[in-house]
Amino acid sequence: MLEIGLSHYLTLSAILFTLGIFGIFLNRKNVIVILMAIELMLLAVNINLVAFSTHLGDLVGQIFTMIVLTVAAAEAAIGLAILVVYFRNRGSIAVEDINMMKG
Amino acid sequence: MIVQALVFYLLAGIIVASAIMVIAARNPVHSVLFLILAFVNASGIFVLMGAEFLAMILVVVYVGAVAVLFLFVVMMLDINIVELRQGFLQYLPIGALIGLVLLAELILVFGAWVVAPEAAGVAQQPIPPIDQVTNTEAIGRVLYTDYVYLFQACGMILLVAMIGAIVLTLRKREGVRRQSISKQVSRKVGDTIEVKKVPSRSGV
Repeated sequence: MLEIGLSHYLTLSAILFTLGIFGIFLNRKNVIVILMAIELMLLAVNINLVAFSTHLGDLVGQIFTMIVLTVAAAEAAIGLAILVVYFRNRGSIAVEDINMMKG
Repeated sequence: MIVQALVFYLLAGIIVASAIMVIAARNPVHSVLFLILAFVNASGIFVLMGAEFLAMILVVVYVGAVAVLFLFVVMMLDINIVELRQGFLQYLPIGALIGLVLLAELILVFGAWVVAPEAAGVAQQPIPPIDQVTNTEAIGRVLYTDYVYLFQACGMILLVAMIGAIVLTLRKREGVRRQSISKQVSRKVGDTIEVKKVPSRSGV
C-alpha cells in the first residue's frame, strides 16, 4: 500500500477515465461539460502512457503523450469554435437540437 | 518512500475529487476551475513519476491555453444553467451503472498487471539515467531525431486546427461599415475632388 507502483497510477487513471464517461452520461444537455469530460478522459490516457513509460524505461510513451496533448488542444479549439457558431445560430447549446446541423 | 506515498495519495485524492466536481458542478465556470485544479495536480503526479518535461507542458498547454479557452467560451456564451440541468437525475442511474461496470473491468485488468521480465530489455528508446541526462534533454534527443516526422505532423495538426477555428468563427456581417485599407490607399485625387471653374457673380 505504501509502495507506489504501476498499479496505483493505473488505478488512478481508470478512475479518472470512468469519471469522464460518467460525466458525458450525466450532462447530456451541456456540450461544454461534455468537452471537459473528454479532456478528463484524455488526461487519464496521458497518465496511463506516462506510467507505463517510466515503469518500462521507454521514452516513446512520453513522446506519444505529447502527441495526445497536441491532438487534445486541437480538438478543444475546434470543438469550442463549433460551439460558438452553434450558439450564434441557435441561441442555446442544447445537445438535443444538434441533429438539425445535418443537411 | 512514505513521503512518496503521502504525496501520491494527496495528489490523486485532489484529482479525483476535482474530477467529480467538474462533472457535477452546477455552474460551468466552476467546472472549468475544477478542471484547472485537476490538471495542476496531474502535473504533480507526472513529476512524481519522473516525467518533469511533460508536467511543465501540461501546465503550459492545458492550464495556460485550453482551460483559459474553455473559460473564455463559457463566459462569452449566455447560457441558461437551469435549462441545462434538466434530465440530470434522469441519466444518473444508467450513467452510474455503466461507469461502475467500466471501472470494475478496468481495475480488474490493470490491478493485476504484471510486466513480463523480458519487457525491460526491449525498450525502443531506453530512458538514460537521470543523473547523466535530464528528462527534457532525453526527450529532445529522441523527439528531434527519430520522431521528427511525428513532430512535424503535430505542427500540421495545430495549423489545421487554427485555420479551422478561424474559418468557423469568422463571419461577414451585413450593414456594418468597415475600414478597407486597400480601397483607401488606391484612391486617386481625381476620383474624389472635382475642380470647377466658377465665373464671378454667378452660382455654380
